[in-house]
Amino acid sequence: MVHFFEVLGIWIGALLTFAIFSFLYKDNPFYKVAEQIFVGLSAGYWFVYTIFFILLPNMYNPLTENFAANWIKLIPALLGVMMLMRLIPSIEWVSRFPIALVIGTTSGVFFLRYLKSDVINQLTATIMNPFSGNNTVMIVGQILLVIGTFTGVVYFYFSKKHEGAFGVTARIGIYFLMISFGAAFGYTAMARISLLIGRLQFLLGDWLGIIQP
Amino acid sequence: MRKFLIFLFLFSAVLWAQNLDFTAEDNPNDDGSAILLKWNAAEIGAATLRITKLEENGDTTLVYLSSDVIGQYILGDGIQPKVPANFRLQALDVTGNILAEKEVTAVAKAQWFNTNKISLLIMAIILTAAIVYYIFSARSGKELYIRKIAGLESIDESVGRATEMGRPILFIPGTLDLDDMQTISGLSILSKLAQRAAEYEARLIVPVCRSMVLSTAKEVVKEAYLRAGRPDAYDPDAVFYLTDDQFGFVAGVDGIIVREKPAANFFLGAFYAESLILAETGFASGSIQTAGTAMPSQLPFFVVACDYTLIGEELFAASAYLSKEPHQLGSLKGQDLGKAIFLVVLTLGIFLEIIGVHFLKDFLTIH
Repeated sequence: MVHFFEVLGIWIGALLTFAIFSFLYKDNPFYKVAEQIFVGLSAGYWFVYTIFFILLPNMYNPLTENFAANWIKLIPALLGVMMLMRLIPSIEWVSRFPIALVIGTTSGVFFLRYLKSDVINQLTATIMNPFSGNNTVMIVGQILLVIGTFTGVVYFYFSKKHEGAFGVTARIGIYFLMISFGAAFGYTAMARISLLIGRLQFLLGDWLGIIQP
Repeated sequence: MRKFLIFLFLFSAVLWAQNLDFTAEDNPNDDGSAILLKWNAAEIGAATLRITKLEENGDTTLVYLSSDVIGQYILGDGIQPKVPANFRLQALDVTGNILAEKEVTAVAKAQWFNTNKISLLIMAIILTAAIVYYIFSARSGKELYIRKIAGLESIDESVGRATEMGRPILFIPGTLDLDDMQTISGLSILSKLAQRAAEYEARLIVPVCRSMVLSTAKEVVKEAYLRAGRPDAYDPDAVFYLTDDQFGFVAGVDGIIVREKPAANFFLGAFYAESLILAETGFASGSIQTAGTAMPSQLPFFVVACDYTLIGEELFAASAYLSKEPHQLGSLKGQDLGKAIFLVVLTLGIFLEIIGVHFLKDFLTIH
């Protein structure tokens, strides 16, 4: 019986893979079915996941097991209930309070976090003697790092029009960005090929048994 | 002679003991849960140094064994703030005999300020002051210049195109939750786009994959329609939830793109591997596309597949550029001042490093 469900699972997986691949030709009923199954199943899965892996272990269990030590969890619980007020049109304004709290907290927390990681740490990593190094390649790399950082920041300066010497500097900055994008594109394209290989291995190995997985 | 030798032996032992330098002090810049132990036994010639903690009940706990005659160790286990802790350092020879030993006491204390982060505090104060100053400047009516951001010019073009063609506008505020700044920036732009769509009576489609984003996006779109004076045109179903699952969401959005054939697609927020799938499908359906993200790994895909791309910081500047609201403009101008300071400090720091002065780098480094 177990073997039957294993084979059935592989067949369903293979057919759904073909249904999704059929989108490469054009939108069609097979793709629509696969898409709706995917969206519906995943939505259901995340709903159950939220209950069993977030709501129960983080709120319900601590409150029922030791209320005195965990009563503070009632605050986020209350905020969650306030979010649900959106379902009642006459008091849907209540849901704005938890939203405001989340956005305000996020802004405050990330202000310092980004100031540290994207400003101070970046600054200290770039403050160096670019001419010190064991070999020419390292020195050239360090000089490029300094020029790229400087011109990149100039590109993202919004208070001055990009013209004259400032415009040239900003243009050099965008060239640095585009070169890094090109390198990243090639790198990620290779990673995507490996995803395709994984799917082909499933079809040719698990499903058809032509190759050894 | 015998007395002299005994005296010499005892004197040597005392001398050795005096040469064993061992201190215990509160570890600075913490919450009072660690003790900093330092030792210097270079003159004794010990093979091993054994540090033990002397408990109140007379027991001893091994803290650290070291073969380094000079060193330090931060003890973070079993230390309570404001409670004295006693330690003993024993210098041992190769056979394990005790050459010298010393006992010290220390009390751990919590500090209000972490002085290792002074540079962060200074930068935060400067930035905050600059932002507040520019917000008040903008409120007082002072003209604050912001350069043109090409990608944002597409909003009017896209809405106009959608109106002419009678097709909808698709907006995706990324795939992360509301605790990500990119999502918040995306929703700020959605506000302006929805207002423009309401004015032109263009249909807006906003699929989302997070419950908090769903609530916020609904609120944002509703307010935009109110601002445009078209509350009657607001469609509560324009903003809807698909699924939390990354690729389930992508499959759903792809289906919407090929069936609804939006005139314009906006992908503004945080994206991962789905970026190219979305952008390629939108490109194939002939939509005019504007994307923006601060995810460096996804920007290349948007650059190649979209008509306009907001790169990193441009996404955050977009809402200020579009709204021209004083607090957003002031915030952007304050950040620009921060960038100017960054460039000045960077230039100065590199110059100092070249001439061999490391003060600035050491000061800025957060330990």
